Amino acid sequence: MNANPEQASQKISHLSSVQFSDAAMKEFQKILTRYDSKRSALLPVLHLAQDEFGWMSPAVIDYVAKLMDLNSAQVLEVVTFYHMFHKKPVGEHHFQFCVTLSCWMQGSHQMMKSTCSRLGIRQGETTADGKFTVSAVECLGSCGSAPVVQVNETYYENLTPEKLNRLIVSSKEGAPKIP
Amino acid sequence: MRTSSVKQTIHGTNMRAMAIEQKPIQAEKRILLEHEHVPNIKQIDVYASKGGYEALKKVFQGKMTPDQVIDEVKASGLRGRGGAGFPTGNKWSFVPKSKDKPHYLLSNADESEPGTFKDRVILEKIPHMMIEGMIIGSYAIGAARSYIYIRGEYTYGAVVLERAIEEAYQAGFLGKNILGSGFDHDMVVHRGAGAYICGEETGLISSLEGKKGWPKLKPPFPAVEGYLRCPTVVNNVETLAAVPWIIRNGGAAYTKFGTEKSRGTKMWSVSGDVERPGVYELELGAPFTALLNDCCGGMKNGRKLKAMIPGGSSAPIMTAEESMNCKLDYESIAAKGSMLGSGGMIILDETRDLVQVLKNLAEFYHDESCGQCTPCREGTGWVEKILHSFTEKDARKDDLELLKTVTNNMLGRTICVLADSIAMPVQSYIQKFPEEFESYIARSNATGPRASIYSHLPGPQ
Repeated sequence: MNANPEQASQKISHLSSVQFSDAAMKEFQKILTRYDSKRSALLPVLHLAQDEFGWMSPAVIDYVAKLMDLNSAQVLEVVTFYHMFHKKPVGEHHFQFCVTLSCWMQGSHQMMKSTCSRLGIRQGETTADGKFTVSAVECLGSCGSAPVVQVNETYYENLTPEKLNRLIVSSKEGAPKIP
Repeated sequence: MRTSSVKQTIHGTNMRAMAIEQKPIQAEKRILLEHEHVPNIKQIDVYASKGGYEALKKVFQGKMTPDQVIDEVKASGLRGRGGAGFPTGNKWSFVPKSKDKPHYLLSNADESEPGTFKDRVILEKIPHMMIEGMIIGSYAIGAARSYIYIRGEYTYGAVVLERAIEEAYQAGFLGKNILGSGFDHDMVVHRGAGAYICGEETGLISSLEGKKGWPKLKPPFPAVEGYLRCPTVVNNVETLAAVPWIIRNGGAAYTKFGTEKSRGTKMWSVSGDVERPGVYELELGAPFTALLNDCCGGMKNGRKLKAMIPGGSSAPIMTAEESMNCKLDYESIAAKGSMLGSGGMIILDETRDLVQVLKNLAEFYHDESCGQCTPCREGTGWVEKILHSFTEKDARKDDLELLKTVTNNMLGRTICVLADSIAMPVQSYIQKFPEEFESYIARSNATGPRASIYSHLPGPQ
């Protein structure tokens, strides 16, 4: 796979730079105390790692495996099982449209499509400047206030094309906001 | 979790405020949601001022034994509110009395059944009600540790819970020697990471163990061999939240609400084509029309009801006729061939295309199948592909038969019920609305190999 020496060296340099900050390391130690088996702490540790490094690169998976006394394959199978762990880098503003029934009935598909075409990307892709990623996700538990888009960790409910517009514009300017 | 940033950026969701006026609606019977409108009820002092933690004090200061707690819950007739409707007191009593292994209580806050958003109201607005129920439940089954398995997307809920648990520790309701009883208990918020299957109790246990959320064969049941192969009880958020009321007022008082077999109240989360979607609490056995008209303000834009999904998307569909005279309790809904499930009700008006609706659900279940059992992994995919060929004018004459065969080969042939959760809806949609499917078949005169089958899958562009 890594026949290209430049790519290979990049991977190695990424690997050596993967290390929790002191604060994250402290949090990691705290997480371990909450469980009667070390492996049970894997999901919270992966959340921590994703917050710290942005996505689950092979180097991050190797690092977490080492911390958790697991092998990399055991961590990889968990990472790839759960939707919330990013298998590739995501943009600064990650627009996650719920496309399941109640949101779909309120037109979430069209809103996702219009967002994609406006940003010039397809679903699941990230803009070239690394600002935006658009994804379709399954039911977010916001059916009564459908449609909903989750931008990073925040829900924006009862979405309308106008609200969505403001959300995209404000995200471009810095932080997503619906005034 | 980026806790600090979450605190700053997440505004509390206000889904009930948009749907419900301050005054309770007559048709409602609020037990769990009685104080839901009280400002800052998520704080421990406000919650305590409304009778909060009195049940806990009754248990510990009144020196109730674990068996007495279980008996009280049994007497209430409380049934699991997550979907299966299993009697809660019985579930607790299955936990062995021996203490050679640690026992665990897990709160299932994974709420990911499409159409369901009731637990979120408890988690985000009245977290102490569930926490109090969890401490009492943990005492009843002898658990020194409990976990709240909250779906990863509910970041705001997780922050609220963390804060509430901290308050409970400070008040001496958690930690060592709670209220001088000698009972120690610790509670932990555990975030999932986006997987529908982790709402299934054994999938949840696998996930909590740090693995992929693969369900496990039963028996052994979790009460005997659950988390870390130790006795474990998994209860839904709403179930646990009902416990403080039951202990405070007695199990007998709870039986005054509801029907003989379906005691108490149920929270319904209603979405779809109604004027006021939202979460409403009604006595079990209340008429469907009370929920639809009095609570939800009737059908949106005055359209007619076509169909209703009563208990989350995995519940078989009901026709308008079946719905309008239906009572909302476990037995009445089962008698109409569906299930109360989680109480996640989706209302569909006359303009809805049920083939499209079913296709949307098939996509969901195919995406969320954990892949462990072949009938589910392959069956959900085939259901999705066949329904896709309907909407691509590529349906075949015998497709309804094909759908029936495929779903028959899924039903009851897997470790958990995810396969049934799409197989049963498919069969019910076809049985109750055959004309919708037939009109698609009539519009398609395609023959030969189906081009549409793979066209929706990502591939070389």
